[in-house]
Amino acid sequence: MERHFHEQLDTLRAKLLEMAMLAEESIALAVQAMVERENNKAQAVIDGDEAVNRLEVEIDERCLKLLALQQPMAVDLRFITSAMKINNDLERIADHAVNIATYTLALNGTDPLALAASLPRMADTVRAMVRESLHCFVTGNVEEARAVCARDDEVDVFDETLSRKLLSAMIKDPDAVTSAMQLTLISKNLERIADLATNIAEEVIFIYRATSIKHGQPFKDVRSR
Amino acid sequence: MSKIKMQTQAFNFYYGASQALNKIDIAIETNKVTALIGPSGCGKSTFLRSLNRMNDIIPGTRVEGQVLLEGQDIYNKQVDVVDLRRRVGMVFQQSNPFPKSIFDNVAYGLRINGEKNRSIIAERVEESLDGAALWDEVKDRLGDSAMELSGGQQQRLCIARALAVRPEVLLMDEPASALDPIATQKIEELIFQLKDRYTIVIVTHNMQQAARVSDYTAFFYLGELIEFGETDQLFTNPRLKRTEDYVTGRFG
Repeated sequence: MERHFHEQLDTLRAKLLEMAMLAEESIALAVQAMVERENNKAQAVIDGDEAVNRLEVEIDERCLKLLALQQPMAVDLRFITSAMKINNDLERIADHAVNIATYTLALNGTDPLALAASLPRMADTVRAMVRESLHCFVTGNVEEARAVCARDDEVDVFDETLSRKLLSAMIKDPDAVTSAMQLTLISKNLERIADLATNIAEEVIFIYRATSIKHGQPFKDVRSR
Repeated sequence: MSKIKMQTQAFNFYYGASQALNKIDIAIETNKVTALIGPSGCGKSTFLRSLNRMNDIIPGTRVEGQVLLEGQDIYNKQVDVVDLRRRVGMVFQQSNPFPKSIFDNVAYGLRINGEKNRSIIAERVEESLDGAALWDEVKDRLGDSAMELSGGQQQRLCIARALAVRPEVLLMDEPASALDPIATQKIEELIFQLKDRYTIVIVTHNMQQAARVSDYTAFFYLGELIEFGETDQLFTNPRLKRTEDYVTGRFG
């Protein structure tokens, strides 16, 4: 039996997807701005954050209203409480994209570093993780969610390797310090986005399997269906 | 006292040729609240009334299987049904105070059981009204007619009347559905206090009420027990899809 309440859940889902799309586009644009050394694109990311923030507030209000007025149970309750967390994660992803854009603006004022060339590949992996975490949110595909969590290590290694190389570059050539610092920070922000995408994937597993794999807890599916 | 106060084993119930309950196996834990939920006609009220043989007064009914109270089958031929209903008291959806004074309502059960000592009666009346969270509101007018009380007060009076004969189990059939929200809240709060001393089984069509007051919930559907579990588990992560469909309102 479809109810008005279920339509409201569908709307909530659509709003989260809208926000995810904006966040993912911000990451893409920020990285493009860095690769192409394009200040206008970087500025566009910074200016675009307001739309994301407004959506976050709207989604929070919708969730609160649903909890107060509909007394949701079971999967609906897990969905709404997880939606609030995912909402928060997406807003922070967008904030990290803004950070990347800000460091890019500083970077574009210095000589380019060869090490910057590895960042776009890292960014592609991170964007894919964000995209896939929201995809499994829609489809309920728990295996896909687990795959997202597994990729986080890949991004961590990427960040560590690059940070070490940048540190060596700074030691060798003090003039490179400014650009190397910006690149290090951009890498860290990408690594944080990957962590947040992993959080989202963990929330998806909680919605559909009622089990938490946060903080290294083992996955166990206790449901009989 | 054992952990399980009442238990049914392969319990079947028939209204004439029609089977209303099918192989119900359920354990009611002592000093806990067990809620029975399910759509209209699922058998939850029939089941509740079977726990103190109130269904006996309906002609043409028949049972199979066992209903145990502290390990003893209540349908055994030797069971004194009147005493059973003292031990397993009942409160109904529509409160039904006698057209007598407040005092006499609560004293009634004691008197017909042979109690003549006035001070014992007075003491037990006060204890029961206090236990039903009504004493403060009526202590200065115990001689007034029970019919002058508000709906919520009448319901608490009925609870006091049941408590007066020192039951072990309280069966409540939608005790708050005829009451306003504040009176409902008082009944729910009372249930929370009562479970320290009594075992409570409550039928409610209000799922949020079941979620608020109970420790265990049993979901009935078409005469069968579909799922039974700890209330927080049943409402956050039920084992069966049918249960989830019901508690999320996807079928009602």
